[in-house]
Amino acid sequence: MTDRNDELVAAVALAVEQNTALAICGGNSKAHMLGRDLDDETVGELHLSTHTGIVDYHPTELVITARAGTPLRDIKHLLAKEGQMLAFEPPDFDGRATLGGTLACNMSGPARPWQGSCRDMVLGVQLINGRAELLNFGGQVMKNVAGYDVSRLQAGALGTLGVLTQVSLKVLPMLERHITLSYEMNATAAIELMNRRSAIAKPLSGACWTNGLLYLRLSGDNSAVTHTARQWGGDEVARGTEFWRSLREFTHPFFTTPEPLWRFSLCPTAPTHQSTKNLFIDWGGAQRWLRGTVDRAALENEAEQVGGHVSLFRGGDRSQEVKHPLSPVHREFHQRLKHAFDPQGIFNPGRLYSWM
Amino acid sequence: MNTQTLPATETLRTTVRQRLEEFLPAQAIIADEESQRPFECDGLTLYAELPLLVASPANQLQVQQVLEVCHELSVPIVARGSGTGLCAGAMPHPEGVLLNLSKMNKILEIDPLARTARVQPGVTNLAISQAAQQYGLYYAPDPSSQIACSIGGNVAENSGGVHCLKYGLTVHNILSLQLLTVEGKALTVGSSGLDCPGLDLLALMVGSEGLLAVVTEITVKLLPTPEVAQLIVAGFASVEQAGNAVSQVVGAGIIPAGLEMMDALAVQAAEDFVNAGYPRDAAAVLLCEVDGTLQEVDAHIARVSQLFTEAGATSLRVSRDEADRELLWKGRKNAFPAVGRLAPDYYCMDGTIPRGQIAFVLNEISRMAAECGLRVANVFHAGDGNLHPLILFDASVPEDIHKAEALGGKILELSVQVGGCITGEHGVGLEKLRQMPSQFSEQELLQLEEIKAAFDPGLTLNPGKGIPILKRCQEYRALPARHNHHRGQDL
Repeated sequence: MTDRNDELVAAVALAVEQNTALAICGGNSKAHMLGRDLDDETVGELHLSTHTGIVDYHPTELVITARAGTPLRDIKHLLAKEGQMLAFEPPDFDGRATLGGTLACNMSGPARPWQGSCRDMVLGVQLINGRAELLNFGGQVMKNVAGYDVSRLQAGALGTLGVLTQVSLKVLPMLERHITLSYEMNATAAIELMNRRSAIAKPLSGACWTNGLLYLRLSGDNSAVTHTARQWGGDEVARGTEFWRSLREFTHPFFTTPEPLWRFSLCPTAPTHQSTKNLFIDWGGAQRWLRGTVDRAALENEAEQVGGHVSLFRGGDRSQEVKHPLSPVHREFHQRLKHAFDPQGIFNPGRLYSWM
Repeated sequence: MNTQTLPATETLRTTVRQRLEEFLPAQAIIADEESQRPFECDGLTLYAELPLLVASPANQLQVQQVLEVCHELSVPIVARGSGTGLCAGAMPHPEGVLLNLSKMNKILEIDPLARTARVQPGVTNLAISQAAQQYGLYYAPDPSSQIACSIGGNVAENSGGVHCLKYGLTVHNILSLQLLTVEGKALTVGSSGLDCPGLDLLALMVGSEGLLAVVTEITVKLLPTPEVAQLIVAGFASVEQAGNAVSQVVGAGIIPAGLEMMDALAVQAAEDFVNAGYPRDAAAVLLCEVDGTLQEVDAHIARVSQLFTEAGATSLRVSRDEADRELLWKGRKNAFPAVGRLAPDYYCMDGTIPRGQIAFVLNEISRMAAECGLRVANVFHAGDGNLHPLILFDASVPEDIHKAEALGGKILELSVQVGGCITGEHGVGLEKLRQMPSQFSEQELLQLEEIKAAFDPGLTLNPGKGIPILKRCQEYRALPARHNHHRGQDL
């Protein structure tokens, strides 16, 4: 439980004065993932992992506020004692994942399409901008539309707009019962069924396909879950909780090979990638993983055809661009917005795109 | 007002009009005062102003052309949907074009399997759910004005409604937006998936009150209609007991689809107006809706009934069927017009507070209202802590207006003091600019200003709204000298 805001602001002020870039580090659990690698030789490190502690938590308010370096696992344990949870199922990465890093990466697990993303659950942030000012946006209440939504803008920004020092998240009651069902079918049939079942009001909380099997998870009130499971049939998976945890934590065998890992974010009904051998479909069809060294331009084209995007999530050459290319207008506004927060380009330069 | 406009304004009006006539049909441009009158304000009728011109484009190309002309001439642009907003966010600028998007009201596509609807900004909120109904789907956010308010306006304000705690705000239910920047450049934010590459500009745009860009197309998420929904209406002998009951429900692990509170004055007004069957003798009434599968709803109704009884409910009624549920909701949904019958005018506030502060804040509001001799009826999204105190006053009495305005300001500042915010869902607009410094430091306001300048360096998109412009020392107006006495639109 340490508040290091003063030190962090001083470190940023020094970097501003000396015009040196800073790589923002939490638990380092997502190093060489999501973003580009920075040029270590020209960048100093700003460590958040000792800036920890729960600042505020009242279970009946459904809100928790903690310092950015707080391990996510600590937060999950505290919530569980009160029968609550982070509904977006973020990965712990062996206890190394921090609250700030989770928001900066917008990490959300298998329940995301039904229970929302990290971005959806953010209510407020405290951050240090590129002028070394400690600022608060949003708050600790469910609804707050005063000013622009600076809090949600941090989700997925990979720390390029500021140093997150504190985050408030909406939390929800834990769900009473979970049942996982599996069905043998090919990817095309699985995409169809995932979407059909998502379109009816049943307690669905996970839908993925891998290696010829569709997995559906039901979560919620005991009677609703058991009743729906009876209606839907399929084989009940004995170790369902462990299966979904392995997706969340990237420990499922699909994710443990050293090959480059590509992530598609698509319309959930989009047709499947032509080769399904190295494909894993999650989020009811809206998130698809592809392993291997592939023709990048072809993947980008495939994603754009259905209004989606693709990124090199892990592995491969991370000195090149890893995120889907942006249109010239998009790029212009990204640069302007970066400048609005970080005029000297101090925070994580090149992490999101080489040009910002 | 523009009854005696300066010659320079007339010259500008003529110039802009001529340029717009190059691509807009004559009926899409309104220049005369009488025809402009319906556009002078939004639902907050205390603030009114006539624009230079009203332009009503019918498609994206025309919007783009209007923006290009205005950008070239540095003429302000104020976008407007249905004009049901409650913060004077759509009040025209006297030297600017009012961009009326209500003609762009087509539902372009519904994809029942992907559960999305692609719509133009002038489509009403309710029309989306009506169009989706045949597929067993609906659009979740439901502001009380949903019969009239436009989805474009919902995006601008990040509108909520009575089902936010469970189903989220507008920002949680939008997948992508097609935008035009102030220069008329096209920009799509969001994607067909559940996130976007790069920065989340979609999150930034939702709730930006027309200050950053103009929305020309919206793709919304549709949800499957729950199998069943049931409503419990419970009366309590004190506001404290009702507030405590709200915390009990949430603490028991139940997330109701809606959880609303009305105080005695609001309940009596609603009963006089629609006779929904609320307990007239209660100091506070809670409406708690649970939805889901049949089994889930049965279990939750039993649990909520028990919790309300334990919390001291003096009456308890569960909706018998859909017609009964609709009747019970009718009182709440018509609470604003019902309260409006109690006085010549009312002023609706919109702070959000932590749930645990409900009783304290409601008692403080009563005390402050009594001090200045005004009555306040409270309608409250209790589940998510969003207050709607309705201050009753008479706008024909200038002193009353100032009292109402001062009381409103105090209520918002109280909301911030107890850990909340000045606006939960109505937006800042022109109305709450003065309270922004009670929620934000000067450095925070300057950061918001930098964001504005990143998208609109000339400050011509909805100028004078949303965030106080400190750096450029622009002045915002207090309540204007002229006041309208006509009633706000359906809330």
